[in-house]
Amino acid sequence: MTARLWQSLSLLALIAIAAMLFSLAVGSAQLSAAQLWAVVQGQGDALARTMVIDLRLPRALSAFAVGGLLAVAGALMQVLLRNPLADPYVLGLSGGASIGALAAMLAGVGGVLMSGSAFLGALLSTFLVFGLAHGSGGWTPSRLLLTGVVVAAGWGAVITLMLALSPADRLPGMLYWLMGDLSYARTPWPPLLLLLLTCIVLIPLGRSLNVLARGPQQAAALGVDVRPLEWGIYIAASLLTAAAVTTAGSIGFVGLVVPHMLRLLLGNDQRLILPACALAGGTLLVLADTLARTIIAPEQLPVGVITALLGVPTFLFLLYRSR
Amino acid sequence: MSRLVTQDLIINVPERHDGTALNIAIEPGQIWGVLGPNGAGKTTLLHTLAGLNAPRAGQVLLGEQPLETLRRRQIAQMLGMVFQERLDGFPATVLETALIGRHPYLSLWQMEGADDYARAEAALEQLDVAHLRHRLVSTLSGGERQRVAVATVLTQAPSIWLADEPTNHLDLHHQSAVMALMAQQAAQGSAVMMCLHDLNLAARWCDHILLLYPNGEACWGPRDTMLVPSALESLYRQRLTVVEVEGAPVFVPIKG
Repeated sequence: MTARLWQSLSLLALIAIAAMLFSLAVGSAQLSAAQLWAVVQGQGDALARTMVIDLRLPRALSAFAVGGLLAVAGALMQVLLRNPLADPYVLGLSGGASIGALAAMLAGVGGVLMSGSAFLGALLSTFLVFGLAHGSGGWTPSRLLLTGVVVAAGWGAVITLMLALSPADRLPGMLYWLMGDLSYARTPWPPLLLLLLTCIVLIPLGRSLNVLARGPQQAAALGVDVRPLEWGIYIAASLLTAAAVTTAGSIGFVGLVVPHMLRLLLGNDQRLILPACALAGGTLLVLADTLARTIIAPEQLPVGVITALLGVPTFLFLLYRSR
Repeated sequence: MSRLVTQDLIINVPERHDGTALNIAIEPGQIWGVLGPNGAGKTTLLHTLAGLNAPRAGQVLLGEQPLETLRRRQIAQMLGMVFQERLDGFPATVLETALIGRHPYLSLWQMEGADDYARAEAALEQLDVAHLRHRLVSTLSGGERQRVAVATVLTQAPSIWLADEPTNHLDLHHQSAVMALMAQQAAQGSAVMMCLHDLNLAARWCDHILLLYPNGEACWGPRDTMLVPSALESLYRQRLTVVEVEGAPVFVPIKG
């Protein structure tokens, strides 16, 4: 098991690095491998250096962090709700964040204020869903799921209303945010650090999560403190999603598709799946973002469109091939 | 070796009167059978004894300590539970399933070692499911899944076994095999309690019996004082006839 774990993770890390280099070299202006190597060594011409270090590297790192956060959050939500259809947004979190962000855009503010507004919206939605699902009895996965789905539908209506009422010149920006766009990302370090921290905390909890996936009673009988663990997963997954949505808008499919693809390929040991999700989710989003900014360069596509177009057929193929 | 003791225990079955307070001691080497009609609270009783359900009143002692003062991990190192219902939400192989029985013994950063694998393999062998080790549990038959569940608790190697209808879905041969396993565990010093629907398995394999009535009343004691046809007839509201086979009574429902 240990050997398999390191083999799989090393392979995924190598792929992630390759994807990263690819995204640094490719764009509206192509760089050759030699030019890229010169920049990495601290040489090369100033234009190439600016392009790689100031423009492409932060964006690629942001993409990696966001993809990783979404995939890990999705894997956690699936274990928490014991439902393979759960994704990071299933509890209405992206809806809340979208309303925060769109409200900021309507008010004409951007930058840090918009990110803060999105983050607040995400947290508000989290607490709303959790409070409502808790009700007078304790919460159960199915109640949490239903409450989340209904609240998300409510947010969807409010978003449509806001779009309908907003002035035409603001619409493109709002639509791009809704479909996910990494050009909103500023510094990659907060989400990247959060991702690293999460992986360090989650790996020792992996075996408890494996047991929890078999139901709360079985887990309790095998020595897991179920309630604290479930609370921890819920808060962690919400924070990760909120950080991802705040960085790059709501990007679909990564959180649903990546954990599933990895489960089909690697089995269902969370000790392997969670770090693998961080690497593979990050890789997928780095590649998707590279495509998004090159296909019709110098124009850009929303990255959410690319993740869906890449993710859906890959996922369906793996599902079709699986036992 | 530890014992499980209840002090004035009243299990929490919704909308039911308190009934009899339970004062029982399940000692090492004993095999207890819990009998009662549907809805009498057999499963609730086992879950309460395992600390998974809170009692309405009274307490459960594991060894000398009240259950609620122990951590789940400490409880799981002494007490194992075979559940009647299982969730197989995510795919897992038979071997992986048996291995989670080692969870209470491993520290956070520890991976399963050779010893843990050996225990899981031995348990699968004993339950006659070792040949299925790489199959997904969700693809097995009901009886095979039941044996995997028993093998998981055997991997856990508790000194107190609580088993909720451990012979569910099993064919006759494997019913006997699982009951013989329980007897073997008791002979090695474990304390065993199981809910059973089959009176005849209880008559054959258990040495102590707890009768649980739907109104919360209960009585308990050594097998021969409990398996009285008149008491069983009122318990199940079913007339019975008794024959003797190999020295043990066999209860057969009378038609009509």
